[in-house]
Amino acid sequence: MTRLLDVQDLRVEFRTRDGIAEAVGGVSYGVDAGRTLAVLGESGSGKSVTAQAIMGILDSPPGRVTGGRVLFRGRDLLTMSARERRRIRGAAMAMIFQDALSALNPVLPVGAQLAEMYQVHRGMSGKDARRRAVELMDRVRIPAAGQRAGDYPHQFSGGMRQRIMIAMAMALEPDLIIADEPTTALDVTVQAQVMDLLAELRREYAMGLVLITHDLGVVADVADTIAVMYAGRIVETAPVRDLYRRPAHPYTRGLLDSVPRVNDRGARRNDRGARRNDPGEPAGRGDRARRNRRGHHGGRLYAIKGAPPSPLALPSGCPFHPRCPRAQEICRGERPPLYEVTAAAASPASGGRTSACHFWKDELDGLDV
Amino acid sequence: MASTSEPAGASEDSGASGTSGASVISGASDASGISGASGTAEPAAPVLEVRDLAKHYPLTRGVLVKRRTGAVRAVDTVSFALGRGETLGIVGESGCGKSTVARLLVSLERPTAGTIHYRGEDITRLSGRALRAVRRNIQMVFQDPYTSLNPRMTVGDIIGEPFEIHPEAAPKGDRRRAVQELLEVVGLSPEHINRYPHQFSGGQRQRIGIARGVALRPEVIVADEPVSALDVSVRAQVVNLLESLRDEFGLSYVFIAHDLSVVRHISDRIAVMYLGRITETGTGPEIYGHPTHPYTQALLSAVPVPDPEPREGRERILLTGDVPSPANPPSGCRFRTRCWKARERCAVETPTLTVPPDLPGPAAHPSACHFAEERVVVPAPS
Repeated sequence: MTRLLDVQDLRVEFRTRDGIAEAVGGVSYGVDAGRTLAVLGESGSGKSVTAQAIMGILDSPPGRVTGGRVLFRGRDLLTMSARERRRIRGAAMAMIFQDALSALNPVLPVGAQLAEMYQVHRGMSGKDARRRAVELMDRVRIPAAGQRAGDYPHQFSGGMRQRIMIAMAMALEPDLIIADEPTTALDVTVQAQVMDLLAELRREYAMGLVLITHDLGVVADVADTIAVMYAGRIVETAPVRDLYRRPAHPYTRGLLDSVPRVNDRGARRNDRGARRNDPGEPAGRGDRARRNRRGHHGGRLYAIKGAPPSPLALPSGCPFHPRCPRAQEICRGERPPLYEVTAAAASPASGGRTSACHFWKDELDGLDV
Repeated sequence: MASTSEPAGASEDSGASGTSGASVISGASDASGISGASGTAEPAAPVLEVRDLAKHYPLTRGVLVKRRTGAVRAVDTVSFALGRGETLGIVGESGCGKSTVARLLVSLERPTAGTIHYRGEDITRLSGRALRAVRRNIQMVFQDPYTSLNPRMTVGDIIGEPFEIHPEAAPKGDRRRAVQELLEVVGLSPEHINRYPHQFSGGQRQRIGIARGVALRPEVIVADEPVSALDVSVRAQVVNLLESLRDEFGLSYVFIAHDLSVVRHISDRIAVMYLGRITETGTGPEIYGHPTHPYTQALLSAVPVPDPEPREGRERILLTGDVPSPANPPSGCRFRTRCWKARERCAVETPTLTVPPDLPGPAAHPSACHFAEERVVVPAPS
């Protein structure tokens, strides 16, 4: 079966005054209809640039796709004509941006912006299109949609604006939606509403969803699979449960360990080291205890040392090695390939776990450094 | 000491401190994890005491002749005390007034009403030299490490600037060394003293902002979303730095953030704000483990937990609608328009922030709800 979206070895460069920055250095991921892939990464990891390259909205110049394929239902978007690509982009794939206020047209009522989709792509009359626009606003639960269709974007709250963005992306019932940090600018209570709406629509229309985020919490809620990006590359992909329970890359583990939990003030405190080791977990995990032996003490959070590298000066070998507690000589010299992670503990439905770490086995087993 | 000058309102607050003291004992496992200064979290001798603080911004119409048409009630009758060495976390959604409270505390804004007592003196009425002397002891760390540092100044000048304003803090000849020491304290290389902000990463810039904040060895640091602009992998470093500075210099923090997980980690006590008012306050275990205000419960239930496992056991309270405008807040309880418990009484009678009479144990902490009731929304990890 061909996948809905299949990105293969995508490479993107930016030409800057200071040299060529490799923003995306060979990224492969995919998503099937009705599934959610979360792409997790910090700023500068290349997660948004990858999405822009997939959608064909990369700022170019300075950006340039230098290699790879973006297969949508088996057809390479990168080699087809601009016209053909535009047709697919409008109707079959859509994007939701973080900042709805700057993504919507400020001088046009939201109803008219939604109606435009139907007029341009479906050739509907103005009247029919407006009716559909109101239905759509109703569908994303904007109260009094009929009256509010004449309002301008600035008259809506952040959460409502994001709903309009979702409505716009949904208008032509696309097969694929790419959402780039859709809830980052929202408050937690509103964030929960918007994420629920997105998940509901994805189920209802059996869409594929690529959810780009930096938030480990949001991802855990909705994703089926997670791809973790670092310095323009994927460092780990795994089914959501496996990734949280047994990460196979030191960067993923570091991220998981460095966020405090709302339900546990000191998850990573030394006196509680052993507590979270449920019996179901394989022996030797004990990451909290492990951290403490490494000398993180007295209620401090575990912190990954250093900062993410500049794409203009990526470290040799594994780009994470200067920050990695597990780094050896080989990590400095040899860039790790994406290893297939095959462990008995991987859940049956999982398949396709990968890790770009020479020592993924040790990491997976939680072996001491 | 501040309370002696304000005997009238002291009863409510001593009630609050009494309960938090009791629950520190009951939540002993948590207290044991806290080291040194923060362990003495009793607000017995508050460094800062805030009473009935209010800030209203006028709304005007007209360009040439301005008419006042109303007011945005950003902060309305907020009271709290900050103990020595204590970290008070203030949480709430955007527009709840938490940043305005921060600006009032460091005298960047003048309150419309209410008092802020520092060492027994009401600082809201000070000006000139007296105000400057107080400001030396109450410093601020800002959210955005990109806009809060002057791009044309070197790091040395930025961190050294507080010494220009308060020359008594360090003799002129020693300043460069003082700055280098500060750089070292916050984990930066002293050799970077002549660099400019753009040569640093976001996390490093926030360290510079923190170095500037502690330069004058203040007693209180008001940190307004100090880590929310930072990447996840860098955030923990800065949180740890703030904690170690607190222990090293005996600082007291007012830590303002919307991230409830970070607030729980760093705070001894927490105040939850909604539309300009404090709705609930208590220790970490009280607020997170035994919330009694519906808003706190909804807020906590919406926090994403980076773990797919406990999700099944979790109760999600989905609030409908958005926060009302602070220019026209609902009568009575301000949360009532989004509250599933709201009754007639809530529209008429403003609930006060007091300990609800019949709640037991850790649920007995101040909560501004007529129908306060314990509801566990974030199950403790088993």
